[in-house]
Amino acid sequence: MPELTTGQALNKALSLILEQNPTAFIAGEDIGIYGGAFGVTDGLLAQFGEDRIKDTPISEDAIAGLAVGASMTGGKPIVEMQFSDFIVNAMDPIVNQAAKLHFMYGGSVNVPIIVRGASGAGTGAAAQHSQSLESWFCHVPGLKVVTPSNPQNAYDLLLHSFVDPNPIIFMEHKLIYKIKDNLELNDIPKEPSMLGKANIASEGKDITIVSYSNMVNVAKEAIAAEELQNYSIELIDLQTVSPIDYDTIKTSLKKTKKLLVCQEAPSNSSVGTTVISKIVESELFQELEIAPKLVSGLHSPMPSAKHLELNVIPQVEDITNAVKSML
Amino acid sequence: MTLDSSTQLELHRMMMLIRLFEEALEEMFSRGLLHGTMHLSIGQEATAAGACLALQKDDLITSTHRGHGHCLAKGAEPYKMFAELLGREDGYCRGRGGSMHIADLSNGNLGANGIVAGSLTISVGAALSFQMQKKDNIILCFFGDGAVNEGSFHEALNLASLWNLPVLFLCENNQYGMSMATDKAVAGDSIASRGTSYGIESIQIDGNDVEAVYENVLNFKNKILSSGGPKFIEAVTYRYRGHSKSDRNLYRTSDEIEYWKEEKDPIKRYIGKLIESGITENQLKDIDMDIKDLIRKSVKQALDSPLSPITDLEEDSYA
Repeated sequence: MPELTTGQALNKALSLILEQNPTAFIAGEDIGIYGGAFGVTDGLLAQFGEDRIKDTPISEDAIAGLAVGASMTGGKPIVEMQFSDFIVNAMDPIVNQAAKLHFMYGGSVNVPIIVRGASGAGTGAAAQHSQSLESWFCHVPGLKVVTPSNPQNAYDLLLHSFVDPNPIIFMEHKLIYKIKDNLELNDIPKEPSMLGKANIASEGKDITIVSYSNMVNVAKEAIAAEELQNYSIELIDLQTVSPIDYDTIKTSLKKTKKLLVCQEAPSNSSVGTTVISKIVESELFQELEIAPKLVSGLHSPMPSAKHLELNVIPQVEDITNAVKSML
Repeated sequence: MTLDSSTQLELHRMMMLIRLFEEALEEMFSRGLLHGTMHLSIGQEATAAGACLALQKDDLITSTHRGHGHCLAKGAEPYKMFAELLGREDGYCRGRGGSMHIADLSNGNLGANGIVAGSLTISVGAALSFQMQKKDNIILCFFGDGAVNEGSFHEALNLASLWNLPVLFLCENNQYGMSMATDKAVAGDSIASRGTSYGIESIQIDGNDVEAVYENVLNFKNKILSSGGPKFIEAVTYRYRGHSKSDRNLYRTSDEIEYWKEEKDPIKRYIGKLIESGITENQLKDIDMDIKDLIRKSVKQALDSPLSPITDLEEDSYA
């Protein structure tokens, strides 16, 4: 079991996919000799050559569109948007094409593409390179949205995304790239069974924290800290934010009766508000002992200065305080 | 090039099929049988008929919101198209696509697209598949004059040229993007010159001359297959009907429409040419009768066929 970063784990997964699937290819900006802006495709050009590792001009619309066309004709494209903020330039091929064609053409075509991008704040990259736009895509029927939080689930979720017949938006939070862990180099699965399945990151009985992407790591820190040692906290890593695994959340809530959701994105029309509304609408509402709570980023563009950026993104103490206020 | 008479008759037959198909749709619309709007290509039949006859079955096309002609010319069955517009289970998309979104993979039609320029980059991706799979095929990408001012048009042409992809871009310049006249919307010399600016061999042709369309598409297709790389055709044509069913034609004169109908109609012009080259009026009449019969039977069959059942549409959203 090698100790690898999330970036290296994703690289391993891509390499395995390319090795075992001759129709798979990667396209994106600076993914060749440069190795990708975050190093995820490092070395793949040397290993697989220009026919499989396709450096593109800065044309996000064309990158996503070509993925759609290639996937409809036997290709298995994995495209990189570099900073996921740039995906905004590719909204038509993703939202109007990739997400719709299977349905719109009566099931006669599939669009199995993966659109990867680096999301999230914490690196001082400011307003146009720090967003968490995942909930935009959750709103679109036909897309699946995957949000890994660590090397192992990034590796596994990418392999599962590859075997899913649907278009996948794969959001890699920048702060998870450097996280290191021992990695189990699993094979490519037959079925995408991991998608739509949450993971219980830690078990507990007093309160359920639902989170995803890097905020899972922030929540873990809060749980591990001295201040919350007297509480038994269950932490659920959604892993996929569309579709959401409500069964796992509900099972947990039957035990804890308290729901806290933590996310980096602002709250308006977000994953967190959706989770809370679904639970409140459900039969579990009667069982909740206290109103659910959402810890989220501020409704503000990401500022550049470190102290301001930290103010926008939820921090460990925000989660700690939220937990304490609910217990 | 002189075409043999069977090719000529096929070009005529296809133009007539497209026109009569769409006239039948108009009639159904006026009887309240159709839900939603549609975009008719009446007057533009030569581009679809000429271009698709120059392709093989396993060559691909992408199509537009004004795509009934492309679909028929690539081999679709009128019955399944009528069924689609009527929301029937036998429709090409089981009533989920409708007029604007018919795909017919069995005949190499990757689908009509309701987003202007939406299919440009998709065709680039399909062409990339042909290149990676080392197939001797091309994809022909239909789009209108409105598409050439979208960013994805430029991204698609740039990439197709850079990567030497087997795609033939065919712009049907019907001179209006909804109400916007091309000369008010397109800067520069011509639409074809935009292809040239990306290093793509490009040509402007009379899109109402069905043989010119056929010959130029065939010529470019052969060039793509022999030496690779994309090509670009701007086919100048004209639509007689409004943009969609809500159009009051306030942006053009009836004289202009009449001029194109009288002087430039692709079917009328071609009939004149066919008669000159020795094809008899009776031969043409037989073709017309067969098409009318096919349309009548197809409409009836579609109307008699079952509606698409209400299934779990949320499930249907995912493969």
